Amino acid sequence: MTKSLINVREWYAGRFARFEEGLNGASGSPLHALRRGGIAAFAAGGFPTTDQEEWRFTSVAPIASTEFTPVLVYDQSGVTESDLGEWILARAGSILLVFINGHFSRTLSSIPALPEGVSAGSLAAALAGDPALASRYLAPDPAGEDPFASLNTAFLVDGAFVRVDAGVVLDAPVQILSLSVSSAAPLLVQPRHLIIAGDRARIAVVESYGGKGRGISLTNAVTQIIVGDGGAVEHDKLQLENQASYHVGTTRVTLGRESSFTSNTINLGGAIVRNNVSARFAGERAECTLNGLSVATGTQLVDNHTVIDHAVPHCESHELYKSVLDGNARGVFNGKIFVRQDAQKTDAKQTNKTLLLSDDATIDTKPQLEIFADDVKCTHGATVGQLDEEQVFYLRARGIGETEARDLLTFAFATDVINRVHVDVLREKLDALLHTRLRQGRVTLET
Amino acid sequence: MSLLEVRNLHAGVQGNPILEGINLRVEKGEIHAIMGPNGSGKSTLAGVLAGRDAYVVTEGEVSYQGKDLLALSPEERAREGLFLAFQYPVEIPGVTNMYFLKAALNAIRKHRNLEELDAMEFLALVKQKMKIIDVDQSLLNRPVNEGFSGGEKKRNEIFQMAVLDPTLAILDETDSGLDIDALRIVAEGVNRLRSPENAVVVVTHYQRLLNYIVPDFVHVLIDGKIVKSGGKELALVLEEKGYDWVRTEPGAVSALAQEAGS
Repeated sequence: MTKSLINVREWYAGRFARFEEGLNGASGSPLHALRRGGIAAFAAGGFPTTDQEEWRFTSVAPIASTEFTPVLVYDQSGVTESDLGEWILARAGSILLVFINGHFSRTLSSIPALPEGVSAGSLAAALAGDPALASRYLAPDPAGEDPFASLNTAFLVDGAFVRVDAGVVLDAPVQILSLSVSSAAPLLVQPRHLIIAGDRARIAVVESYGGKGRGISLTNAVTQIIVGDGGAVEHDKLQLENQASYHVGTTRVTLGRESSFTSNTINLGGAIVRNNVSARFAGERAECTLNGLSVATGTQLVDNHTVIDHAVPHCESHELYKSVLDGNARGVFNGKIFVRQDAQKTDAKQTNKTLLLSDDATIDTKPQLEIFADDVKCTHGATVGQLDEEQVFYLRARGIGETEARDLLTFAFATDVINRVHVDVLREKLDALLHTRLRQGRVTLET
Repeated sequence: MSLLEVRNLHAGVQGNPILEGINLRVEKGEIHAIMGPNGSGKSTLAGVLAGRDAYVVTEGEVSYQGKDLLALSPEERAREGLFLAFQYPVEIPGVTNMYFLKAALNAIRKHRNLEELDAMEFLALVKQKMKIIDVDQSLLNRPVNEGFSGGEKKRNEIFQMAVLDPTLAILDETDSGLDIDALRIVAEGVNRLRSPENAVVVVTHYQRLLNYIVPDFVHVLIDGKIVKSGGKELALVLEEKGYDWVRTEPGAVSALAQEAGS
């Protein structure tokens, strides 16, 4: 174990040294200083192990024992527009930013004439135009950084940059599509997305992940979202990578005064998936909603960790995470809610519900509420179970066949989360995907 | 051939006998009331007829329109025209009444080699049935029974009955938990759905529902057996004298024998 950890650190240190050599003059930039901090932080601890509380239920040993090569330059990798069909939500008129192995593809993206006050494109380009963005937005989380986030920073090159200025309302959703195109060697794909909504700005972003090819890849994405005062952001994430890929996604959100933020994290693919979603209230009277749906079977492992930090008074948070697990699939849910001493009148509600369709599927669920204020309302609840046989009988007693009854109830359980997605085109796509995945009373793999 | 014929039915749960030799014959156009105290086996009988698998039939047989009812799955029974109005209708979050009823009706139609109804045709049918039962259209778009009051749930059962148009409806304690207004609405719905082509079995503890749904026959179920059968006036006697009267009345056993032999 120790040996492989040391090897892993050496492996990424070696990749980093090579990366640095290729940078020439750019190694003195503020961005590169962050990268150096990232590799140092990663090298200090390496990948987490199940000895660590945050990773108790999720072993990343398969990731730690694979030599992934970070993809550092753009290569279209043979992807053509026709490959995108199944991933794209809406073509005409809306912003689509496509990333191949973490790098912006100008040719595959479509950026219509942007309204005044809206920027959308590549983070690399944005950083080239304004190097100060790096230290302003991309610095490590002062609350501490996860090793995966450090690794992302170490090789930070590109990702999406979306900015909506104060008062601007963008009606059409922005889609950020990341495709992993596998090759013979295992690839490390690390997009870094930055989404900034100004005061009173409104935007919906759909971040989706897919793959081409059957090879092994690790997507290690970091998304940072800043919601200005009075702003409203919906962030929907759809993870549809293949059964051989690993996915670690970190989403970090800061909410301004009287703002609202909604996240819907939908997981349908991947071998090992870990989503870290953390939201911090920076201003009062803001509202944060975190929802999630994981549908898994086979030997898939889907781990959702959320953190909501009620750092200021008068904020509201709602959380609903659901899982449908079949086969030998495993689920993990860990929901932390901090209510700081000053955060009086906090209203926080967390719900985690899991439907187990097989005897071998398991879930580890852990609410973690740390409350230091006394005038607050915090509730949490977790349920784990099979389909309610009384419901099944009720449907059958009306003429609906047993299999259809089970499918209908499973779908209804899952669609509860899908219905919270406000982006119509995405909700319709998710509906269709769920109908395909949930059949014959089982979860089926991608078709 | 009777619509329903129950012969010497014995059934129980986990080895505990509950029904101990039920005999019952129901013809089209009839309304039967099965009355009995708590624990007498009323709901077990309704459950066995609808196909609840918690109950194990140990003896006897049930023929429905000449078919062996006990050999059919719950959904097959429903498709053959049997309907159970639940004592405790289940809430099904995430499934709208509309979706649920359309799926149910089309499963039944498919079984009968009838064309499935599309959304427009279904809506037209539902609107017509809503007038009969007096339910609000908003009910259609709500998840099945979710957040419904007790009265709304029971009314929804009768509304489903109206849409699915069963040949044999079994109302399991449909009156329980209803105030007098809700009771009247539910009963009126049942009366409007009555026809020479269908039959209703009303399972109830109290006589009051029978003020509104007037039965042709009343059967008294005690300790898993029908101990007395008679006309609608029997319900009134029961209301006045209580179930203990039947237990202690000497003629009860001979009445049972008479009924079984008739």
